[in-house]
Amino acid sequence: MTGVESRPPAVALEGIAKRFGEFVALRKVSLSVAPGEFVCFLGPSGCGKTTLLRIIAGLERQNTGVVRMAGRDVSGLPPKLRNYGIVFQSYALFPNLSVARNIAYGLETRQASRGEINRRIDELLELVGLARHKHKYPAQLSGGEQQRVALARALAPAPALLLLDEPLSALDARVRQSLRHEIRALQRRLGVTTIMVTHDQEEALAMADRIVVMNHGMVEQVGSPVDVYMRPRSPFVARFVGQMNFIPATACERAGWARISGGAELRHLGRDAVADGTALTLAIRPEEIVIGPRALDGENRLATRIETVQFLGSFTRLGLVLPGEPETRIECDVAATAFAELGAAEGAELPLLLRAEALRVFVSGP
Amino acid sequence: MSRLDISGDAALAIPARTVRHRLGREDLVRHALIALFAVVLYLFVLYPMLQLTWRSLLDNDGRFVGVANYARYFRTPAIAASITNSLYVSAVSMVITVALALVYAYGLTRTLMPGRGLFRIVAMLPLFAPSLVQALAFIYVFGNNGIFTRLTGINVGIYGAKGIITAEVFYCFPHALLILVAALSATDARLYDAARTLGASPLKTFVTVTLPGIKFGLASACFVVFTLVITDFGAPKAIGGKFSVMATEIYNQVSGQQNFTMGATVSVVLLIPAVLAFLVDRVTQRRQYALVTSSSKPLVPGRRPLADWGLFGYCALIAGSIIGIYLAIAVYSLVIRWPYNFTPTLKHYRFDTVGGYTPLLNSLYVASLSAVVGTVLTFVGAYVVEKCRTLASGPLYLLSILPVSIPGMVLGLAYIFTFNAPGSVLNPLYGTLAILVISNVIHYFTVAFLTATTALKQMDGEFENVSASLGVPFYRTFWRVTVPIGLPAIIGISMYFFLNAMVTLSAVVFLVAPGTELAAVAVLLMDDAGDTAQAAAMSVMIISFGLAVRLVYWAVMRRVNRRTQAWLRSAEAAETR
Repeated sequence: MTGVESRPPAVALEGIAKRFGEFVALRKVSLSVAPGEFVCFLGPSGCGKTTLLRIIAGLERQNTGVVRMAGRDVSGLPPKLRNYGIVFQSYALFPNLSVARNIAYGLETRQASRGEINRRIDELLELVGLARHKHKYPAQLSGGEQQRVALARALAPAPALLLLDEPLSALDARVRQSLRHEIRALQRRLGVTTIMVTHDQEEALAMADRIVVMNHGMVEQVGSPVDVYMRPRSPFVARFVGQMNFIPATACERAGWARISGGAELRHLGRDAVADGTALTLAIRPEEIVIGPRALDGENRLATRIETVQFLGSFTRLGLVLPGEPETRIECDVAATAFAELGAAEGAELPLLLRAEALRVFVSGP
Repeated sequence: MSRLDISGDAALAIPARTVRHRLGREDLVRHALIALFAVVLYLFVLYPMLQLTWRSLLDNDGRFVGVANYARYFRTPAIAASITNSLYVSAVSMVITVALALVYAYGLTRTLMPGRGLFRIVAMLPLFAPSLVQALAFIYVFGNNGIFTRLTGINVGIYGAKGIITAEVFYCFPHALLILVAALSATDARLYDAARTLGASPLKTFVTVTLPGIKFGLASACFVVFTLVITDFGAPKAIGGKFSVMATEIYNQVSGQQNFTMGATVSVVLLIPAVLAFLVDRVTQRRQYALVTSSSKPLVPGRRPLADWGLFGYCALIAGSIIGIYLAIAVYSLVIRWPYNFTPTLKHYRFDTVGGYTPLLNSLYVASLSAVVGTVLTFVGAYVVEKCRTLASGPLYLLSILPVSIPGMVLGLAYIFTFNAPGSVLNPLYGTLAILVISNVIHYFTVAFLTATTALKQMDGEFENVSASLGVPFYRTFWRVTVPIGLPAIIGISMYFFLNAMVTLSAVVFLVAPGTELAAVAVLLMDDAGDTAQAAAMSVMIISFGLAVRLVYWAVMRRVNRRTQAWLRSAEAAETR
């Protein structure tokens, strides 16, 4: 992300709006992507992320707004003049052409000699590790291999921008995991600016330099994976990325404190002054809750009862309720070994501590 | 956080127009193709039909008379009878054909009776002959000078409704059979397992499982047969005698009495049942797809000796009758004078009354050209409608499926009004082979267009987008990817055009001129002139060429399929994903 000041952004979106009849898919989205950056558009289906990608690609036309690539206004340019490579969810490999011919597809119309093209094909096959499948047809490859052919085909003309539309969603979990790393490593090595659309938050966290969280045609938050995970700017982001407990509360007279039902007052992260009695929502991730000996003193302590115990392999998820407040449920993830040491079971009392540094606060309800 | 609230006003502030992309040479090609397709459909579908409708509102001197022609049509008993006659023979033929074909199809798909492959092939034979050939065969056997009549002295009175229905049943049999075989094949064995475990009797299983499973196929077969019969001209012309149906009535009005406006009036009325049948069929077919899911298990018939041999006997009887028809035609054409002198001869194959082999060569030429032009037009047309989504797509699609509901006679008459109009720029086409090609292409347009559309829909919708991102123009991808993948459909479409162009009579009977006679028309003319043996000989030639081309098609298809086997698997993988 260096040199952002000296070079224009690889992609800059200014006030992109798109509607399909009465349905508004995008509401004035603005965004910029630095050269060499890996950006993920993350959101639930129907949030407009794919539409936004297709507008950047020129496959969909926005109603208003400007798309710039490397400073150049490309809003009015057809796809083929925009200089990008794209990988679709279906890969859209040409089934009647061999792997090599698929990769060469975008090279053959450019004035390149046969020798140059062949060199480039070999180079790309090497890059994605498919050299031995050169003369096979796409149908003879596995899903993951097909995916890599699609990637090689998109990269063959050395585009300035790589667009990935849910590229991993058609694959099974294990292949998806390994391809995540491969794509990321490849992108680092080539330094190609990349935008990927996904609805899988884990994928976005693992791969992106920056995540653009979208909902209802709007950008909810833009930030690094750590940023988005640790400091969600809205309840939507908090809920969509990772697990999150929401606890209804009201603002206290003391700034930075909130009262939850049952009367306990908790200190939280909020620094803005909020009028006494304002409805708030406190949020904390299951793995941030402190239990055991360390929860026995300090502020923000709560007494709870274990209602459910779910063993999930490496950790155990506890379903907790506040005594006398069955509406307020809190989930808490504990390492399996730590839970064993605790020696607690369903129905047992469990004191816990909600660290103020982890207790986020939102003004509107989740 | 208040920024999350966006009022409806903000949404309304988004303009309805989208940003325009700069147009390149590629867009020019794309728009030119769309425009060309639109012009073709307008000139050869919409405009002629408008002409026809307009003419039904004029008198023979060109004065506007409103619905006076219709009033006269319904008031004149001799002409009005053609409506009830048409409905009668169509309905009866429909019931008989579908019933016969259902049992035959059941034997082919649900039993292990011997000879299923042969039965299937024999049942397809009528597809290779003009409809009037079936009628001629019945005349040769049961007619006043038929062999049956001569030998037994019994005249069954084949001329009229009885003869038309018999001929139509054989003519329509393969059409109904194809649909019913498909319907009976698409079933779920698990339903039958369930019925058996619940202790249902075979009859109960048939009524509660088999029939509901094929009801849409059954409906479709009914509509197809009904439409084929009501629009058919050849059989009623040959064997109908004084029994007039709407198609022959149009012919009589136009060719016999030169009463073009009454011809137009009957044509417009004939459009109604055809369009209705088409619409209902579209609706029922759309609902068919939900019946079989990807998890369905195909039904493997078990051995049931009684049913197997019973149905074998039944199928043998029908297949035997079909073979009998063509045998009668062949023998008739090869003997000196049926049924008096059975000395073999080839003299009927000289075709001296219609100018030798010209009609046959014309037919082959027109059928070949129809295949080429029709295939290119339907495939490219389906491509621009399906893959170049524009505002024109909807109207072009509608115009493309319209021709299936236009009876051949009606299309032919509409073309007379369009191409034989003084001062029309289309006038030079009249009386040429080109107009015959055009009428064939349009007459059989819809089925070919829908076949192409289905093939295109099965291709990944992102092919064009990928090539655009790679800087490859769409027409290059069309040639390198779309056409190779669509090759089986393309070959199938060309076959369809060729075979139909060889046997059609109704669409071309008004359009042939001296020098452009076609084989099927020659059969009609020779039969009319009393040269029945030559008519039979010409029928044999038509059937032989059709079968030969079908054989070539089969060989080509095998090669194409073998070559594309490697990538067929990918299509399946993509579907199951």
